[in-house]
Formats: sequence, C-alpha cells, structure tokens
Amino acid sequence: MSADDMTQAESEDERTLLQQKMDRRRALQVLLSGAAVGVSAVAACTPLKGVMSEDEREVRLLAWREYIKGNYRFMTEEERAATIARLERIAKVKRNVDIHIQSTGAQPGVEFGYAFNISKCKGFRSCVQACINENNLDRKAATQYIRIFEMENGVIDLDDADATFQHEVPAEGHFYMGTQCFQCVDPPCVKVCPVGATWQEPDGITVIDYDWCIGCRYCMAACPYWARRFNWEEPEVPAEEVNTNQHYLGNRARRAGAVEKCTFCIHRTRQGRLPACAEACPTGARVFGNLLDPNSEIRWVLANKKVFRLKEDLKTEPRFWYFTD
Amino acid sequence: MHLKPFAQHALHAATTGGRRYHIWMGSLTVIMLAGAFAYSLQLRHGLAVTGMNDHVSWGLYISNFTFLVGLAAAAMMLVMPAYILHDVDFARAVLMAEAVAVAALVMCLTFVVIDIGSPQNFWHLIPIIGYLNWPRSLLAWDVIVLNGYLAINLVIPFYILYSRFSGRQPDKRKYIPWMYVAVMWAVSIHLVTAFLLAGLPARPFWNTALLGPRFLASAFTAGPAFVILLLSFIKRETKYEISDGAFSKLALITTAAAQVNLVMLISELFYKFYSPTHHGINARYLFFGIDGHRALVPWIWAAIAINALATVALMIHPIRRNQRWLMFASGALFVAIWVEKGIGLVVPGFIPSPLGEIVEYTPTLVEIAVTAGVWALGMFVLTVLVRVALPIELGEARSPYIDSNKAAPVVRPRPARVSAAEARLPRPDSRPGTRRNDLH
Repeated sequence: MSADDMTQAESEDERTLLQQKMDRRRALQVLLSGAAVGVSAVAACTPLKGVMSEDEREVRLLAWREYIKGNYRFMTEEERAATIARLERIAKVKRNVDIHIQSTGAQPGVEFGYAFNISKCKGFRSCVQACINENNLDRKAATQYIRIFEMENGVIDLDDADATFQHEVPAEGHFYMGTQCFQCVDPPCVKVCPVGATWQEPDGITVIDYDWCIGCRYCMAACPYWARRFNWEEPEVPAEEVNTNQHYLGNRARRAGAVEKCTFCIHRTRQGRLPACAEACPTGARVFGNLLDPNSEIRWVLANKKVFRLKEDLKTEPRFWYFTD
Repeated sequence: MHLKPFAQHALHAATTGGRRYHIWMGSLTVIMLAGAFAYSLQLRHGLAVTGMNDHVSWGLYISNFTFLVGLAAAAMMLVMPAYILHDVDFARAVLMAEAVAVAALVMCLTFVVIDIGSPQNFWHLIPIIGYLNWPRSLLAWDVIVLNGYLAINLVIPFYILYSRFSGRQPDKRKYIPWMYVAVMWAVSIHLVTAFLLAGLPARPFWNTALLGPRFLASAFTAGPAFVILLLSFIKRETKYEISDGAFSKLALITTAAAQVNLVMLISELFYKFYSPTHHGINARYLFFGIDGHRALVPWIWAAIAINALATVALMIHPIRRNQRWLMFASGALFVAIWVEKGIGLVVPGFIPSPLGEIVEYTPTLVEIAVTAGVWALGMFVLTVLVRVALPIELGEARSPYIDSNKAAPVVRPRPARVSAAEARLPRPDSRPGTRRNDLH
C-alpha cells in the first residue's frame, strides 16, 4: 500500500528502478556481488601490511588499558602506580624518552599562594618562556599559561590592556600585570565539569585528569580569568626539549581533546621548590609560598602590603594577589 | 505480536514514495555523507579544523544546540492542549509536533557529541561506570533531562501509534500522567540549558536572570513557527486533515511568544546600554563592534529587524489568517531566532574574553559541512517519523493480525484528489467496522 505522497505522474522508469520486484535468489546475487565489489575495492586500496611489531602490539595493549581506566581522583595507590607505569612505558617505546611521572600527593599543612608585584614587573616575559619549557607546552599552537598585560598608568582596566605588545620593555608610562590560573578557593571550573575531570587538591592546586576529560570546554567558559587552554590538535614538543620530570596531574604529555592549565608547577612545588615562573623572573616580582606557614614570604606580603585580587566581586577567592612596592 | 508488521510498515513507509520524496531523501543523504566526511576530518586532525580557539571556545555547534533545545521544548506546547485539555484542533497535530521534538532532540544530542573534543570518552558521563557530576554541573543536568525527554517523546507516541496500528484504543490512563510530566519536562530542558549559560559569572553577557525566560519565549516562537510550516506541508501534500483552528491557534501562540520575546529583548538592551558598564561590553561588541571588530553586527541587526517585522506582521489579523503570509512570517521568525539565539547569543558571550581581549570567530568549511549534515540528519529523522505515523493516523495502515470485527475507529480522511483516470475506475468498498471521528 503506498504512503501518502500524491505525485500523479510516476513514470514507468522510476517504478522499475525503485520498486522492481525481485525474487530471493536475485536479491542475494545482487547483495553478494555488491559485497564482493566493495570488499575488493577496499582491499585494493589497503596496502599490504606485515605482522604488527612487538612494540606496536605492546603500545596498543597499554593504550587500551589506559582507555578503560577510571578517574585518577578515585584511584587507589596501586591503580595510580599502574597507570603511571603504563604512561612511562608508552613514552619509552613510542618516542624513546625516559620520563619520570610523579604521583606526589598534597603535603599536609600546605596551601600554596602567589603574590605578584606590579611595581617590579617590567614585561620581560621570562616567566612565560620558563613556563613553556617547564610544562611541555604545545610548541605548534604556542600555548602559554601566563599572560602579561601592558597597561597605561592611571587605571587598572583589562579591557584597555594589551598582552600582545612587541616592543622594548618597560614602555614609558605603562606598567605590567601577569595572569595565570589563580587556583581559586571556590573554583567555578570545578563546579561545572560534568565528569569531575577537574578538582581541587588539599594544597589548593586545581588539577585536571587529562585522560578523564571529555573536552566539552564548559570549564573554559566558566573561568573568569581565562586560565584554561584546550588542545585543539595533538600537541607537539620536540623530543630534546621535553622536561622529563613530570607529574601525572601536571606537565605530563597531554593529548588532543583535553583541557589543561597552570598547576603552580605541581611537580616542583610538591617537592619544595618554586614554580618555574617565580624562579625565572629576573626582577623578583613573583612571590610564592605556603599560606599556612606564618613565616613565609607570601604571608609577609599579605600582612604588610596593600594587596588586591582580580574580579573580587565574583567571590572566587583567588589564591593570587597583586601588590605594589 | 504486531511488532513485526509494525516494523515492516515503518520500513515500507520510510522507503516508499514518489520522485519528489526520493529526491528529498537522497539530497539529505548526500548532505549527511558530506557532514560525516567533514566530521571524520575533525576526528583525525582534532577540533583545530574548526574556527574555534581558546578565546571563543564554543561556536557553531553549541549555537545550534542552544537553538534546537528550544525547538524540542516548544513541541510540547501542542501536547498540553491536545492531551490534557482535549483540544479538538490540536489533537490532529500533536503527533507531528512530537516528531519535531524527537528530530530536534536527535540534532541536539548529535551537536553536543560532535562538539566535545574526546567523544571516545563519552562513557565517562554515565554514572557508576563513569562519574556524572550531578547536581553541581548544569551540563550533567542537561545530559539527564535531554535523554529523559527523548525517551518520553519516543515511548509515548510509539505506544499510541502501535496501539492504533494493532487495532486497539491507546489507554489514556497509561499515557496521560506522562503527558503532564512531559509538559513540565519540556520547560525544564530549556531552563536547564539556559541556566547552563546563565550560571557563569565569568560571562556577563549570559549572566542575567532574564536568560531563562528569554529562552522560553524564543523557543515558543520558533517552535510553533516550525510546526506551522510542517503542518502546512502535510495539509497540502497528504490526505491528513488539519483544521484551520489548529493553524490559527498555533499562529496565536507564535505571535504572543514573539511579542514577549521582543519585550524581553528591549529589556536586555536597555539594561546593557543605558548605563554602559563592563557588563555590557559583550553587547557593545555584538551590536556596534569594538575597535573595528564588527563581524556579528550585520547579522544581529538583520535578525532583529526580521524578528520585529515578522512579529508586527503576525499581529495583523488578516495577515495571520492568510496561509501564505503565515508560512512566510513563520519561516522568517524561525530564521531570525536561529541567528539571534544561536550565533547571536553563544559567540558574543566570548568576545571580549574575560581578560578583555578580542579574538573573533569565523566558522570553517568543515564546521559548516558538519552542521549542515546534522540538520540533514534531523530533517531525515523527521521525514521518516512523519511518514510512519501518518498512514497509521489515517487508518490506512493496520496490523494484518487484527480481528476484523473489532477494527479500530479510524480518523476520517479528507476525500482524496482523484485524477481523471482514477475517477473512471470503480469506487473501492468502504472499510468494515465502525467509523467515527476519534479524538485520542
């Protein structure tokens, strides 16, 4: 019984082409010959391959195990050690690089804080370069976690700031302010992640499990400080420039389709060192330390300098303060 | 028992038709294949093949998603009067509206899946095997409500159609309670999507209390407008009868919602421009451009102009009652709201960035091809659903296993147009069994 279409002038041609009566044998013949043609076409286009090498087989198995693993946040210590072993092995087999991935947890009694001296910053961007090298940032996309804004004296308004300056610094009548992830106490990015791929550790660092991230980029929309970056394609770092001292939640190799951001150099700071940006700054504009240590420099700055934070009214409570001399 | 004939009927209805039908479905298939190829490029090279970047991190895909959630929700505007208030006029149209809802939802879910950077990790969203950050994440809410709404809109119409196909009256006690749920669910799917955007203090363009109500108003404008277009097509091309009352009521809903939408737009414009603060800077970019960056300015003004003109036109009774003008105005409203609520809402939310930087967005060919492919998929699904449902509703398609003494009451079809050749043939026998108009 025909359906509702009411075309009056169905030609004989269409009827024979589309509504041809066919018996079972004929139908089977057509299907099989079609399948044969299809398969031979595919086979003709596929180059002859030898047996998979041992290395390829191993990497595939490791990659499969990596794919089915759970959220790092809820893994046991054994599971964490296992995934790190797999990742180190994959790097060795695929790129012949000996990396060491830490799983160092948050140290008790530590909450990291950062202070930025606007008077001292001269816009050199040594911090930006150090960060790129330290955190294995994508060279192809020129990813930068840190942004240095040049502003005219007189008003602090990011709408009128320029982060793309390419001239000798410091420019007359201007000052410089840097931004990066502020590791907020109430991070909007953590709230919105639908799969819980990003969370805040007890020492204040907001981290991401890159393998759990589904790449929806909701966190990027939620961040008021433009702190997050997305891997729009597979990141590239030259093998000789790879920093092999890595942390699972920090500067290990990321992949296309995952979000990443500054982690206060979690692989360094959890070992008691300064983040690369603070160490690289030649003017001493960057102050980093433990907010819970009453004798730390960061505590001294907060007690003795007039500090402010960006977008205080949003109540995100960043752990990143600005101050002047 | 009737499942196999039902499946056979569905397959037959979807694959049989005249030349125009096959050209339509063939064109849609070609567009879908082109979209699939473009998506394969995206899978291979990453989202870098799109025009999105770290500043404008959502583009054409999420714009279309936002618009289509509204389309899906608005289909429920017909369900409530039809099922719950027993509106005679809407009774005919309601299954078609639910087909629109299903097609729109399929498009929504597809747009979300193609937008995410790691689609292979989709299972991370499933509770127990993954981790769903509910209730804190609005996106987790969206996953739940969209899938639930799709389930309701698939199961209930299937139950009704299958019952009729099997020669039974669908049991009101089984589906009327779900209709109440569905109406509230429809409002909630669009509110959740609005809250998803409105709950971000980082994005002052969206961070207003009015975003949710604006979404509902524009959804109830564009939704019935699309249903008007669909029903006009069905009325003209098939034997299915749709009363003038249905059209006039739908037109009234569209007009009223369009007026509310305009009032809300004026309210937003006043709030953003009367005292220009930092909160209005995204609106300034959208409507007037900043520092020479004005990519969206012509789009938004065109959309608002068409919106306003179409709304005013629909407010004039003679225009609204004229089928041709009604279709034209509905189509214009649909397109205008697509621009205003799609790219005119999502993209300006990112420009300027939270740190004041201006990076503009232009969709690439890959993005446009994928988007076209998804729309073709939606139209394909809609066509199939309508073609499966109509013969059942017309009483022409029934299971061969029905007891002929208890044939289901049929909807009386409009007398078919007959060609001169057909008129010369002997008239067919009238169908056995009772014949009375049924109102579900």
